[in-house]
Amino acid sequence: MDLTHTPDEDAFRAEAREWLTANVPSEPLPSLETEEGFAAHREWEGRLATDRWSVVNWPAEYGGRGADIFRWLVFEEEYYRAGGPGRVSQNGINLLAPTLFDYATDEQRARVLPPMASGEVIWAQAWSEPESGSDLASLRSTAVRTEGGWLLSGQKTWSSRAAFADRAFGIFRTDPEAPKPHQGLTYLMFDLKAPGVTVRPIGRLDGKPAFAELFLDQVFVPDEDVIGEPGQGWRIAMSTTGNERGLTLRSPGRFLAAADRLTALWRAQGEDVTLRDRVADAVIGARAYQLFTYANASRFAAGETIGAESSLNKVFWSEYDIALHETALELLGTDGELADTAWSEGYVFSLSGPIYAGTNEIQRDIIAERLLGLPRGRRA
Amino acid sequence: MRFQLTDEQQDFGRSLDALLTASDTPLAVRSWAAGDHAPGRALWMRLAEAGVFALAVPEAYEGVGPLPVELAVAYVALGRHGVPGPLVETAAAAVLLAGTPAAKEWLPRIAAGEALVTLAEGPYALDADAADLLLTREGRIAPGHGPLRPSADPARRLFAPTEGGELLGGTPALSAARDMAAFLTAAQSLGVGLALLDRTVAYVKQRTQFGTQIGAFQAVKHRLADTLLALEFARPLLYGAALTMAPADIAAAKVTAGEAAYRAARTALQLHGAVGYTEELDLSLWLRKARPLRDAWGTPSACRATVLTA
Ligand SMILES: Cc1cc2nc3c(=O)[nH]c(=O)nc-3n(C[C@H](O)[C@H](O)[C@H](O)COP(=O)(O)OP(=O)(O)OC[C@H]3O[C@@H](n4cnc5c(N)ncnc54)[C@H](O)[C@@H]3O)c2cc1C
Repeated sequence: MDLTHTPDEDAFRAEAREWLTANVPSEPLPSLETEEGFAAHREWEGRLATDRWSVVNWPAEYGGRGADIFRWLVFEEEYYRAGGPGRVSQNGINLLAPTLFDYATDEQRARVLPPMASGEVIWAQAWSEPESGSDLASLRSTAVRTEGGWLLSGQKTWSSRAAFADRAFGIFRTDPEAPKPHQGLTYLMFDLKAPGVTVRPIGRLDGKPAFAELFLDQVFVPDEDVIGEPGQGWRIAMSTTGNERGLTLRSPGRFLAAADRLTALWRAQGEDVTLRDRVADAVIGARAYQLFTYANASRFAAGETIGAESSLNKVFWSEYDIALHETALELLGTDGELADTAWSEGYVFSLSGPIYAGTNEIQRDIIAERLLGLPRGRRA
Repeated sequence: MRFQLTDEQQDFGRSLDALLTASDTPLAVRSWAAGDHAPGRALWMRLAEAGVFALAVPEAYEGVGPLPVELAVAYVALGRHGVPGPLVETAAAAVLLAGTPAAKEWLPRIAAGEALVTLAEGPYALDADAADLLLTREGRIAPGHGPLRPSADPARRLFAPTEGGELLGGTPALSAARDMAAFLTAAQSLGVGLALLDRTVAYVKQRTQFGTQIGAFQAVKHRLADTLLALEFARPLLYGAALTMAPADIAAAKVTAGEAAYRAARTALQLHGAVGYTEELDLSLWLRKARPLRDAWGTPSACRATVLTA
């Protein structure tokens, strides 16, 4: 058992640090949930890609550096330590790309991945529907066979950043006669600018026009944009949720950096004794999350798969994130109310953590049923 | 980097589990609480034969240690089975004694399981009546102890050391000994928490109310999911601390494991209903341990303060 980095990982860290020091914008970019900020962040993705830092763990042929999971974690630590901007292409890179690596054809990978890595094409996830949230398998949007492809109809909702994104990936019902709700679904990619697509932005709790509702009316998708076999959409999509809840969505680097900022704020505010325990908990939580992730990464590197354990991850980081921000707001006192600070923006965003990527109630069911072997409840 | 127990380390933990399962540990705990140390000492000898105490003793004194990762593995198993006695204190005393003239006399005996040593924390020393040597945290050999002060956990027997007695001499590693005690208490807590969770999961699968296993109710499931979550995030902190033995890392592990085990105890008690509130059920052996372990060798608040001084 050891926690030491190899010389290769240390060299990689040094190289990343040097590049980030020279390149991370000194002024924070405008919020990526606004049109202006979205554009600025897209440009930043391009800058990252130029020196092959946008997708370090991808193979070189798609713009990556072939970094293994430990070097990826090292990069993420450095990225957030340097104050790197939020990643506007995270839906594509973290959610769609792993699915493409596992299920797509070579042609699809060659066509889709490079513009994803460069920020030229920004992706949105179109899974949720107005009537299908936690019970996603009940989704009703359809894809109907047509000459050379499929026609999409229906409504998707809560699609993060779809207002400004270029393309989307989602699951659609292709066989309404299938005996069970999660059968007869197909996973495919479509263009948000295609004829028949209406995108209606929805203001978030902080008023930013971040997510959107998608109305789809006979939207044509060519066969080449179907991922895997038609009818296998559920299985393919579920392999993505593991990624979302697990390692990729929230790497520990982000929380280590946030805990450092919180400690600095606490010191600057005179080390308020009444809040000392909560600041310490933020420091401890970031370390726990880092080590938990290293343990999972070690298992992963040894060829084991991480299954329902990713639900532990998701509940942990989402609740941690809120507690950390609440502590910061309390330290700020009266100024905690101001809406335009990084802490208060982070706080409002953290509040959505227990809802997206599968609500924490659903994650706790998964933990109880799959990790503890408790009986299934009344859910279908 | 390979932040994972090796196969040998996992096998070691499993072999201790098997040994303790076969040894009727609950009987030893109950006897210990009643002041009969014989079954506990027999168990102690078997643990020594399995190599547990040698892990805390340097090679120069017939030990194989100190090996913090293996010690953590062992103490998680000891906590899981609720083994009684000054387990933590004996290992910490080995650290304390290592720099002193008394090392030659005591360390080989500790490694062999022949000596139980206790180390006072604050005003009390755990199991001073059973110990062969009673040390204070300033490194003094206490000449004796006062009467039993009952603990909330009857298997933890507390006694105030008497004044006087000679100082150990040499350079006793006082703070390193306290760190070792905090570290192993964290490991023991994690084991206690895991035992409470295991037993509660088994119970809610078997107990039925309203015509269904109570484990099918979400309110029950979610509490157990949170218990697992807290314990599983304490585990890496414990092993991370084993690799550095840095005071802040130990403090982080201690507070996290201690709180997780204590919350596991609250959950276990609640989900067992009234039967959980009885002394007869073996569950009580762990239920009563969780809170004292949470506070021994560093209260949560003291640990948090240490984390921020790093
Ligand atoms: C910021 C944000 C970004 C998002 N981004 C995207 C995106 O990019 N793409 C996308 O497709 N979706 C996205 N979502 C949607 C998200 O995935 C859903 O909100 C989520 O799956 C929950 O669905 P719901 O909102 O319909 O809540 P519901 O499913 O209606 O649940 C409401 C409440 O009831 C609880 N509940 C429901 N069923 C059960 C049960 N069986 N047991 C216990 N409790 C239950 C839930 O846990 C929740 O607390 C996003 C959401 C947010 C907040």
